[in-house]
Amino acid sequence: MSKRKRLGTLAATAASVPITLFGLVLVTFLIGRVMPIDPVLAIVGDRAPMDVVEQTRLELGLDRPLPVQFVIYVGKLLQGDLGRSVMTSHTVGADIRHFFPATLELATVAILIAALIGIPLGVLAAVKQGTRTDHIIRVLCLAGHSLPIFVLALLSLLVFYATLGWAPGPGRQDVVFDDMVPAVTNLLTVDALLAGDWEVFRDAVAHLLQPAGVLAYFSMAYIARMTRAFMLDSLSGEYVITARAKGLSAARVIWKHAFGNISVRLITVLALTYAGLLEGAVVTETVFSWPGLGLYLTVSLLNADMNAVLGATLVVGLTYLALNLFADAAYRLMDPRVK
Amino acid sequence: MLTRRSLLVASTATPFFSYAALAETPKDIIVIGKQIDDIISLDPQEAFEFTGGEVCGNCYQRLVVPDPANPSKIKGELAERWEVAPDGLSYTFHLKRDAKFASGKPVTAADAAFSLQRAVKLNKAPAFIVNQFGFTKDNVDGKIVAVDPYTLVLTIAEKQAPTFLFYCLSATVGSVVEKAVVMANAQGDDLGNGWLKTNSAGSGPFMLRSWKASESVILDPNPNARVPVKPKRVILRHIADPAAQLLQLQKGDIDIARDLQADQIKSVQGNPAFKITSAARSYIMYIALNQKHPELAKPQVRQAVKWAIDYAAIQKNITPTSWEVHQTFLPKGFPAAIDENPFHKDPAKAKALLAEAGLPNGFEITLDHASSQPQADIAQALQADLAAVGIKVALLSGESRQVVTKTRARQHQMALVSWGSDYFDPHSNAETFNINTDNSDNARNRTLAWRSAWQDKDLSDRAAANVKETDGEKRVIEYEKMQRDHQARSPFVLLLQSTEMAVMRKVVDGFEVAPMSARTIYEKISKT
Repeated sequence: MSKRKRLGTLAATAASVPITLFGLVLVTFLIGRVMPIDPVLAIVGDRAPMDVVEQTRLELGLDRPLPVQFVIYVGKLLQGDLGRSVMTSHTVGADIRHFFPATLELATVAILIAALIGIPLGVLAAVKQGTRTDHIIRVLCLAGHSLPIFVLALLSLLVFYATLGWAPGPGRQDVVFDDMVPAVTNLLTVDALLAGDWEVFRDAVAHLLQPAGVLAYFSMAYIARMTRAFMLDSLSGEYVITARAKGLSAARVIWKHAFGNISVRLITVLALTYAGLLEGAVVTETVFSWPGLGLYLTVSLLNADMNAVLGATLVVGLTYLALNLFADAAYRLMDPRVK
Repeated sequence: MLTRRSLLVASTATPFFSYAALAETPKDIIVIGKQIDDIISLDPQEAFEFTGGEVCGNCYQRLVVPDPANPSKIKGELAERWEVAPDGLSYTFHLKRDAKFASGKPVTAADAAFSLQRAVKLNKAPAFIVNQFGFTKDNVDGKIVAVDPYTLVLTIAEKQAPTFLFYCLSATVGSVVEKAVVMANAQGDDLGNGWLKTNSAGSGPFMLRSWKASESVILDPNPNARVPVKPKRVILRHIADPAAQLLQLQKGDIDIARDLQADQIKSVQGNPAFKITSAARSYIMYIALNQKHPELAKPQVRQAVKWAIDYAAIQKNITPTSWEVHQTFLPKGFPAAIDENPFHKDPAKAKALLAEAGLPNGFEITLDHASSQPQADIAQALQADLAAVGIKVALLSGESRQVVTKTRARQHQMALVSWGSDYFDPHSNAETFNINTDNSDNARNRTLAWRSAWQDKDLSDRAAANVKETDGEKRVIEYEKMQRDHQARSPFVLLLQSTEMAVMRKVVDGFEVAPMSARTIYEKISKT
């Protein structure tokens, strides 16, 4: 690819980011305004008298035409002002800094577990296609993908927390550790490490493992199935037959030649799965009382807290965009055909 | 034999296995599992939700409060005594001299005056409770005056029943905040509202340590509280899922579970490891029949709907522990409430009433209801009951605020909704369920009667007059009569009253839920 063409591709990619974000803000803004819930209700409640309702409507600028409201919102957005959430009384920026790290921590651990287990299982299932091992892995994956996640979450709590007593209950940490380490990154495990408090770190990890495990099982099922499908395709390729004919070891054929060729596609699968998890696993966060972005977004939406909904949606959109761009870049770097 | 593999497995599982040691909550810390995502502010002059009211009730004191032993009587909290002037307009409160804020400073009349003035000037949702005595931003500084450090004088615009004023002052909005602390944290002209949303400056048994939205509220004892506070810390943990609340209660991770559902409560009833406390809440569920609909505007149709419903079956089968049958506009436990439920399922009578209204074959109608439980199940039961008398109901399910938005705009036909009293005086519900002086779409006073486009001049006038009745006994008798007349004439099919049940571990003592959330106090909770 010529330098000029590469620059053109880069410019097109860069231009798509603000356009996508603008579209996201516009659509979310319009949905928020046409929802059959009066946003003033979220602030003043059902029992407020008319003068309070009208005063609040004026303060929110809801009396102005929709395009004017949108222009004002975008203007503030460009200055980094996401507004204030009525449900938490904080700025939406502060809320996102508080809630998103909780989701980031959960999703990152979940995707790591899912990838570390799901990829080898998928490879194994493909290599052992049609055998009992393959069937067991496929059943495991089918269960992971078809069982509703709230059932998995509650079952997990029932078994590991209530019955066996191996895991702590819902929440991010035990009550005795509340507010014990300063919030620097809002990633509790990282903050505990920064503070050098191993008790809090251990407690945070223990609380993290169960919800992350549930999410990981759900994601692992998808990753393993995709890995299996990619590997089956790859193992039937002529280059694999050639490698085998050359007398290479089975491990080398599988991991270097077959797996090496699917790694690019797997990156896309992993990136999109991770993006899905970062969007906020609402159900898991609800069952495990995990104060993450999904829970924040849902509660805000149900209460017509539109600044919060718009801010959280933007974060989700940005995350998707960033991971998509990452997957694109990985394609370009790793796939010689794209190069 | 300890192998490399078993060592690896053990080390991986360490965080899990060793966790059991921390299962029980510390003895001096009370952990309450509750859905706390309704809190939008902890500023007492703004908070108007159940959990916010409860937290403020524990952090602040008011001049007067209903006597817990007999809520129809008033007792002083910050006020030692009070006098009403012969003209019925001037109220003088003499403050106790031993009350102290968490900062250690004494509670003065200047703080009390500032707090009530602040409610009027901020004009947030609960401000009307104070404003209805004629206070405005312009006159409040002259109408609520601290004449000396321990004497406060309130001058109201017109003569009212004294108990009406006292009960209004006992609402969360009447909480006394520490003026110096609040104003030190004020931004612009917000009177400290931005700061007080997430902090406290009160003289109640507790002070707010932190509020993390949808996560936790932590309260520490006020070191200067008049009565020593038993718990060293109270933590309200947001546990949205009732099943998770039950699990955590059973494991000892929480001491009190506040949102268990009927089947979950049943599962612990009779189990000696748990105790249950309950109280009727001032929260009632009813069907609003919009009088703009020609069929619903017929008095016989309104009565037919009331006689078609199987109240007992709904209560028994759908809400056996969380709601009880209640058919009057004043909740049980309120002054002047009557315990009379005249309606029961009588399809023959309902059909006769429909025939009398010229609708022997019934009619078609819609019912808006919240998609959450128990409203969804109740709506289905209502649909079946009404179908039995010929009224074909189409159910319109929606998010609860969506249903409220629709009823506020008078766009519903029938709507299954709920109402919580604003303050502990009969006028709170008497006003909203009866008064409608302007039935036009642009009316200023949009009560529940207005939302259903219902105007009954007689009941509206009587509700407006009775709030001024200074003879307490006469006032009670009139409210009792009004409730009976309301049952016979109103377009409100009053169904159920909420019962709050809290389940606690057997080691927990001293916790009781109260009819008004602000009166659910934590100071006496202890663990043995």
